[in-house]
Amino acid sequence: MRDDPLLGLIVVLAPLSIASIGGASAIYAPLQYEAVEVRHWVTGAQCLDLFAISRFIPGPSSILGALIGFNIAGLLGALVAMVALYLPSSALCYAVGAVWDRHRGKPWHTALEQGLAPIAAGLIMAGVLSLYRISGGDMLTGAVILGSAGALAWKRKLHPFILLAGGAIAFELAWLVR
Amino acid sequence: MSGEQPRVGFSALYRVFFWIGLFSFGGGLLPWIQREIVTLRGWMKDEEFLPGVALAQILPGVNSTNLAVFVGQRLRGAPGSVVAVIGMLTGPFLVMLVAAVTYQYVLGAPAIQAAMAGAAAGAIGMMLNMGVAAVRSASRGVAAILVMIAVFVAVGVMRWSLIPVVLVAIPVSVALAWPRGARDAG
Repeated sequence: MRDDPLLGLIVVLAPLSIASIGGASAIYAPLQYEAVEVRHWVTGAQCLDLFAISRFIPGPSSILGALIGFNIAGLLGALVAMVALYLPSSALCYAVGAVWDRHRGKPWHTALEQGLAPIAAGLIMAGVLSLYRISGGDMLTGAVILGSAGALAWKRKLHPFILLAGGAIAFELAWLVR
Repeated sequence: MSGEQPRVGFSALYRVFFWIGLFSFGGGLLPWIQREIVTLRGWMKDEEFLPGVALAQILPGVNSTNLAVFVGQRLRGAPGSVVAVIGMLTGPFLVMLVAAVTYQYVLGAPAIQAAMAGAAAGAIGMMLNMGVAAVRSASRGVAAILVMIAVFVAVGVMRWSLIPVVLVAIPVSVALAWPRGARDAG
């Protein structure tokens, strides 16, 4: 069952790809359990290190699965893990999107489009709130969020790098004077 | 399909998502994708794009890769989706490989962690900006505004789980939008 690490990665990660409803954080607990307790791919301490890296690098935080893949089977392990992590959920999204596109212009499609718009808006604002909470929810974070949103409202084509760099500089200054 | 616009090239599609993916810190990627695809390049209209934002969040998987699938599919079909997702994940994958080898030396430096947290806050600000715009364009009448507030309170404030909330919200919201939708489409 656990002789082939590549097969093991697929068996563990592919179902988690479809199970990651509402973002990657849903898969942390089962991924850690499988990788540490069941299959002994990494120790608990290693897993925590890899988790920290996954938060630290760009990209979805479920890339943790690819870090574990790299740890047990090198480059090929990382590649197999990427495919197992993102192919199933992308295929599902593609199927839904294809159906969506085929019915463009029909009355129910327009109704669905208009019905989804307020849900999207509500979810985005809920996402802002939960990201704010996760980030610590302090004054400085709130100020940078508002500053960045305000700057973008002022100049719509402002490059995102400027906003990210602005936030980084503000936090860096705060860290220096602390 | 509208078909008035010239086809978007695969390399242009790949490049857009490559840069977004490479600098995707702390979540707020959906507004960045909107900026590149809708605001700067006009490849899609906001009305086409926003349902994708909803689907990307509702369906399982990562929001940003789901949205890449949706945008790629709309612009160039199945190959477009593949190109967009691979573009999105190339940068993170390469950085991940470098980080996996060198992390002992870099990780944990407080100066770097502060910068990362600040960049993440900047990204959340982009998300807030997008949320305000989405609220504005979705505010077609009292019913839509009530749905919006209900979804925000349920998922954001009460922290109810997403699936049951949208399973209730979608039929209600679509039923409320039905008369207008039928009229607009006709």
